[in-house]
Amino acid sequence: MADLLIDARGVVVTYAGQRSLSGRRLAPRPVLHGIDLTIGRGETVGIVGESGSGKTTLGRALIGLLRPADGSIRFDGNDIVDLAETAMRPLRRRMQMIFQDPMSSLNPRRTIRSILSDPLLLHAIAADRAGAERRVQAVMERVGLPLALLDRYPHELSGGQRQRVGIARAVVLRPDFVLADEIVSGLDVSTQAQVLKLLGELKRELHLAMAFISHDLSVVRAVCDRVYVLSAGRVVEQGRCEAVFRAPAHAYTRALIDAIPLPVVDADWLTRQPVAAG
Amino acid sequence: MAEASLDAPGAIAGSRHAGRNRIRALLAQPKVVFAGGFILILIVLAVFAPLIAPRDPLEQDLLAGTLPPMGFTGAEPGFLFGTDDLGRDVLSRLIFGTRIALIVAFVASALAALLGTLLGLLAGYFRGATDATVSRLVEIWMAFPPVLLSILVVAIMGAGVGSVIAAIAIIDWTRFARVVRAETMAQAQADYVVAARVLGFGRLAILFREVLPNVAPVLLVLLTLEMGIAVIVEAILSFVGLSVSSDTPTWGGMIAQGRQIIHQAWWVFAAPLAALFATVLAFNQVGDGLRRALDPVMQR
Amino acid sequence: MTAPLLSVSHLSAVSTRDGEGAILRDVSLSVARGEVHGIVGESGAGKSTIVKAILGILPRGIRLTGGAIALEERDLLTLDPDKRRHVLGAEVALIPQDPLTALNPGRRIGAQLTDGMRLWRGLSGKAAENRALALLHDVQMREPARVMRAYPHELSGGMRQRVLIAAAFALDPKLVIADEPTTALDVTVQKQILRLIRSLQERHGTGVIFVTHNLGVVAQICDRATLLYMGRVMEQEATATLLERPRHPYTRALIAACPRYDRPGQDLAPIPPDVIAACRAEIASLDRDGASHG
Repeated sequence: MADLLIDARGVVVTYAGQRSLSGRRLAPRPVLHGIDLTIGRGETVGIVGESGSGKTTLGRALIGLLRPADGSIRFDGNDIVDLAETAMRPLRRRMQMIFQDPMSSLNPRRTIRSILSDPLLLHAIAADRAGAERRVQAVMERVGLPLALLDRYPHELSGGQRQRVGIARAVVLRPDFVLADEIVSGLDVSTQAQVLKLLGELKRELHLAMAFISHDLSVVRAVCDRVYVLSAGRVVEQGRCEAVFRAPAHAYTRALIDAIPLPVVDADWLTRQPVAAG
Repeated sequence: MAEASLDAPGAIAGSRHAGRNRIRALLAQPKVVFAGGFILILIVLAVFAPLIAPRDPLEQDLLAGTLPPMGFTGAEPGFLFGTDDLGRDVLSRLIFGTRIALIVAFVASALAALLGTLLGLLAGYFRGATDATVSRLVEIWMAFPPVLLSILVVAIMGAGVGSVIAAIAIIDWTRFARVVRAETMAQAQADYVVAARVLGFGRLAILFREVLPNVAPVLLVLLTLEMGIAVIVEAILSFVGLSVSSDTPTWGGMIAQGRQIIHQAWWVFAAPLAALFATVLAFNQVGDGLRRALDPVMQR
Repeated sequence: MTAPLLSVSHLSAVSTRDGEGAILRDVSLSVARGEVHGIVGESGAGKSTIVKAILGILPRGIRLTGGAIALEERDLLTLDPDKRRHVLGAEVALIPQDPLTALNPGRRIGAQLTDGMRLWRGLSGKAAENRALALLHDVQMREPARVMRAYPHELSGGMRQRVLIAAAFALDPKLVIADEPTTALDVTVQKQILRLIRSLQERHGTGVIFVTHNLGVVAQICDRATLLYMGRVMEQEATATLLERPRHPYTRALIAACPRYDRPGQDLAPIPPDVIAACRAEIASLDRDGASHG
């Protein structure tokens, strides 16, 4: 039990009731129906699903950005569901996030230096700007970005460089856990490979636990130890990657895998239906 | 070291400093240079009025009454824009009137901006009850006829620059609140706000350190436009005699005066009107130029 | 040897902003009748520029500096604009990338579907409507009548894309250009859409240009493919040959960088710097030759 960094049980998330056209408050819509999920120290867990599966919502719940309506989420033994912001702050240092769109996740009016050093000063990891500068330069070099970019603004960087800044920001605090929310969706294959390679190296160096949210099973296979398959707010299948991919138990998992086109010509692929259960 | 990256060739945008680029974009527009220069001249006139004005604006000389401006028959040297019916030099009064106009413009718009921005930020960021309260407040407030409200304020506080400024701030804060609220709501959706929360920043810290700088461009443009509005409102109030005491020259007061003797001395009416028009135009042009300069940078 | 349906010959284009950077470098490709031809490459390779050049919708900042585009032997670039509009409107169709923005949110689906028919085929309202209903049926839309009266926001992403596919095949075009049509869709929906495009294409005998950056999609739907890098054709083959026996190092590196769910413990290799350097050297020397020939 103490080995688990993240232990989520029965997580239920609903969206607040909307108003119908007549003005009546509609019942809250459930988005997650009681999810159980665990992540061990240093383990990479994939959270896979199509749009509407609730994977993004689950990610945000795990990192304490939204409060579940029911269930518990423990981070290193601490229940984070009902924690006040001030009590949350020391834990926040240990759980970070990388976003899908680095353009919108970097404040356009801050320099790269400011984006990377502010968290260090907030959590008093660096005592002053000089100390922060040393760490900032170190992390820039680690992610392979030239130091000259520290004085620039996000819009002056290319997409791949911005994504690296996002990664740098996530690891500059040396967290224990990183949530990667669709971070390679929309990237070219080669840029994707670069980002994943960098992530893999950082994971090993910092012994990071990771939740890797993606709709792309092929990427998940390449990166994750275990995988949770989500559909309509429920976990339909979970397990170690080799097991799930070799012999998917649930029909939805089979449909997902079947729908992925491999870069190998397969004359039957288009017309083939996923293998039915039983 | 950086691996060969397939990021699109020539990816690093050329600009070195975004701020410098914005100023360059601003000054590249001739209308901004002219309008801005004009306002600077007004500021100089206002600050150094006693030194620049040729005569005492209050000095009456009934023998020199209703003298036309230079270039017209009957004009006398030393009265460039002529005199009013009490023999006071129109130009000097105009110059001294700049003081009131600019004080009101800068201070009133700043106060309106301060109050409106604060409420707009809170409403747009915290939503829920805060937003509901502020929005209702804005709606109710805007239902009051502004002119009547300003008369009420001045009547309560007594005449004077202070009450004029207060009146403008009390009425116009709603304009800032609405715009800032909308902009804040849009910015608050951005991932960088979520990123700041994940990093552990407190909500108020995020509001002022992350969101406000991104709301600033819109705010700045609105501020310059508000300055033009403040000048007009002051003129209206002094036109109806609710502004400063009648001794201190104001453009509105001059217009009121000039209206009564418009057939004998049209210049007493025309000069302050022209000054008013030029000043408001200048503020608007600067505001428009600001908007253009600030927009394209963000689109990059 | 029948003439190709579409033939792009030595097409070159430059950007008129940021100094005259080359966007397309001597690109040639041909699409036969009934062939699905993939244009593959990463972002910035020039895929959408070729498409826009064919459709005559190049943005202001891009200028063609040479080459020809022939649709059934008629050079589109030298046709007068009105004639070109007629040819393109009636014979070439586009399936765009983003189904949401490609449809007018303020008009019903039925109206948008029948636009082209009434304009280019002169069909009357009722005839056009019937044809539209038949098309919606062809793209396996349930309740076609309801969809006709619906607005775009009432449909899901996959349904919207089906509408656009229906619109594309409405006029029985000779050439359909599919510009990353499945990039914005879930993977299960993508497979259905790909299947649909293929079956419609086979039934009508339409030639298709399929733009994508996904090698898996190329493998499953394209007969032949052209691989672009920095506006230059790196390799151009039948799909099976391209993927199984790639000749160019860039192609090999790209295939090696693709993650595959059927392979455990992958070490995805980003494209090695020396391959990039070799590509750039190759392109630079071609630029120099081109410049010296003026």
